[in-house]
Amino acid sequence: MSLQSVSKSQTSQPVSVRAIFLVALVVISLVAPFFVYPLFLTKMLCFILFASAVNIVLGYSGLLTLGHAAFFGGAAYIAAHAMKVWGTPFEVAILLAVAFSSALGLLFGFLAIRRQGIYFAMVTLALAQMIYFLAIQMPFTGGEDGITAVPRGMLFGVIDLHDTLTMYYVVLVLVAFGMLVIWRAINSPFGHVLAAIKENEARVTSLGIQPNRYKLIAFVLSAALSGLAGALKAIAFQVASLADVTWHMSGEVVLMTLLGGLSTLIGPGIGAAVVIALEHYLSTSGLPIMFMIGLIFMVCVMLFRRGIYGELREWYRRSRSARDHS
Amino acid sequence: MPATDKPRLQVDNLQAWYDESHVLHGMTLNVGDGEIVTLIGRNGAGKTTTMRAIMGVLRKRQGTIRYKDQDIVALAPHKVPRLGIGYVPEERGIFASLNVIENLTLPPVTQPGGMSLNEIFALFPNLQGRNRTIGTRLSGGEQQMLAIARVLRSGADFILLDEPTEGLAPVIVDQIAVSLQILKQRGLTILLVEQNLQFASAIADRHYVVEQGEVVDEVQNHALAANMGKLNAYLGV
Repeated sequence: MSLQSVSKSQTSQPVSVRAIFLVALVVISLVAPFFVYPLFLTKMLCFILFASAVNIVLGYSGLLTLGHAAFFGGAAYIAAHAMKVWGTPFEVAILLAVAFSSALGLLFGFLAIRRQGIYFAMVTLALAQMIYFLAIQMPFTGGEDGITAVPRGMLFGVIDLHDTLTMYYVVLVLVAFGMLVIWRAINSPFGHVLAAIKENEARVTSLGIQPNRYKLIAFVLSAALSGLAGALKAIAFQVASLADVTWHMSGEVVLMTLLGGLSTLIGPGIGAAVVIALEHYLSTSGLPIMFMIGLIFMVCVMLFRRGIYGELREWYRRSRSARDHS
Repeated sequence: MPATDKPRLQVDNLQAWYDESHVLHGMTLNVGDGEIVTLIGRNGAGKTTTMRAIMGVLRKRQGTIRYKDQDIVALAPHKVPRLGIGYVPEERGIFASLNVIENLTLPPVTQPGGMSLNEIFALFPNLQGRNRTIGTRLSGGEQQMLAIARVLRSGADFILLDEPTEGLAPVIVDQIAVSLQILKQRGLTILLVEQNLQFASAIADRHYVVEQGEVVDEVQNHALAANMGKLNAYLGV
C-alpha cells in the first residue's frame, strides 16, 4: 500500500467514528437527566469543564499547575456574591466571575510563566494559597461557612433556573461552549505553537516566536474556563465554599486530568466524570473515598499510563493499523 | 561583495561559552549580500556554536555581531529571526507533534517577500502532497527540505544552514545543491556549515576554515582546487 492511501484512510475513517461518537454524546447528555439525578450530572459537567480547562495548561502546554483551585473557587465566590448580594442576573454573574478568573489568571500567569517544571508548580501553588488565605480572611466570603443560599436567578430574565432540570441544560450548553472553545484553540495555529513549545521551546524561539506569550495566553484561557466551571457549580449548588479554593481541589483536578488522559480533548472530561461518579457512589457505601480513589489512581498509573481515554485511543489505533496491514 | 556596501553580517572577535567552557575564541567573519559562505572545519571546531551565538540561542557570548549594520547581540533570541534571519539547525528541528503543513506554517512571516506554498512546492517537489504527513515521518532529506522551506516561507533572506547534507543519500544531496543554487539566484544570502567539501564547492563563494573556535584561513571558491592540499591538512584527522 502506498503512503498516500495510508494517510487517506487515516484521516477519513476517524471522522466518521468521531461523528457517531459526537452524536451519541449529544443524545446521552440530553436524555441522561431523566435517568440520573440531574444535580449530580450538573456537578459532573462542571468538573468535566474544569479538568478540560486545566488540560490546556497541563496537557497541551506541559506546565504542571497546582493553583487552579484559585480560579475555580475564586470565580465561585464572585458568582455567588454577585447573585446573592448584588442581585445581578445569572448571565452577568457568570461574566463577572469569568472576568475575575481571567484577570487572576493573567496575574498568576505573568508571575509564574517565567519559571519551569517544579518551580512553576510551586509558584502557582503559593499564589493559590494566597487566594485561599484571602477567602478565609475577607468578610464577603463568609469564612468557614462560605456563601450559602445563593439564588439561581433567571436566565435572560425569563427562564427560571430554580428548576434543576433547566439548570442542568443551561450548564450543559455552557460546558459544551467551553469545550468548543478548547477544541478550536487546540486545533488552531495557536494550538500548533503550543504543541511545538511543549516539544522544544528553544527551537520555537529560534523561529521567531516568543514562547512565554503563548504560554500566558494558554494560562489565561485555562483560568477563564476554570472560572466558568466554578461559577456554574456555585450557582447550580447555590453555595460557594472554602472547599473550592483549597489546594486539594487543585490536586484533585490534576488527578482527574491524568486519570482520563493528558493532552487529549475528551480524556480529562472522562477522568472528571469517573472521579465524580466514584465520589458520589462511594459516599453512600461507607468505604473510605479518598483511599479508594487513591487506589484506583495507582492502578491506572501502573496499568495505563496514557490515562483511560489515552489508552483506549492507542488500543483502537493499534487494532486498526493491524487490520490495515493484514 | 560590492566594496561600497557594508557586509550583511559582520562578526567581530566573537567569544562564546557553554557554561564554563570557552568555545569560541574570537571568531571574525563577514558575509556579503547574496553571498554563500561556508564554515568548514573539524568536528568541535565551533562552527555550530558560531551559528547558535549569532541566533542568540547561546546567550553567553561577547564581541560584536552586526546584521545590516545593527548590533544584534543585545536582542532577545526571538527577535533575531524577525530581522529575516532563518536558522536551520543541524538536527533540522521538525516538530513531531505537527504535520508537514503545520510545521511549514508555524513560524510567523517576518518580512515581505516570503515564498508562497506553491513556490515552495516548486522548489521542493518532494514535499508536495505530503501536507498531512507527520513531520518526523518524512525521510531525512525531506525533513531537511521542510526545514529550509519553513524559514523561506517566513520571508527570511539570510539563512544559517547547519550541515544540510549530513547523513543524506548522494542523490538527495544533489537535489539540495540544486535548490540552494536556485535560492542563490533569487538573491538569498547563506552562511553554511559543511563537512562535505564537494557539496560546498558546488554552491559557495568563499570558505572560512574554523579551528578551535576561530577562523584560521579563508579560501575563495575559485581557488579551492589550488588550496586542496592545505584544506585536507586542516580537515584531515
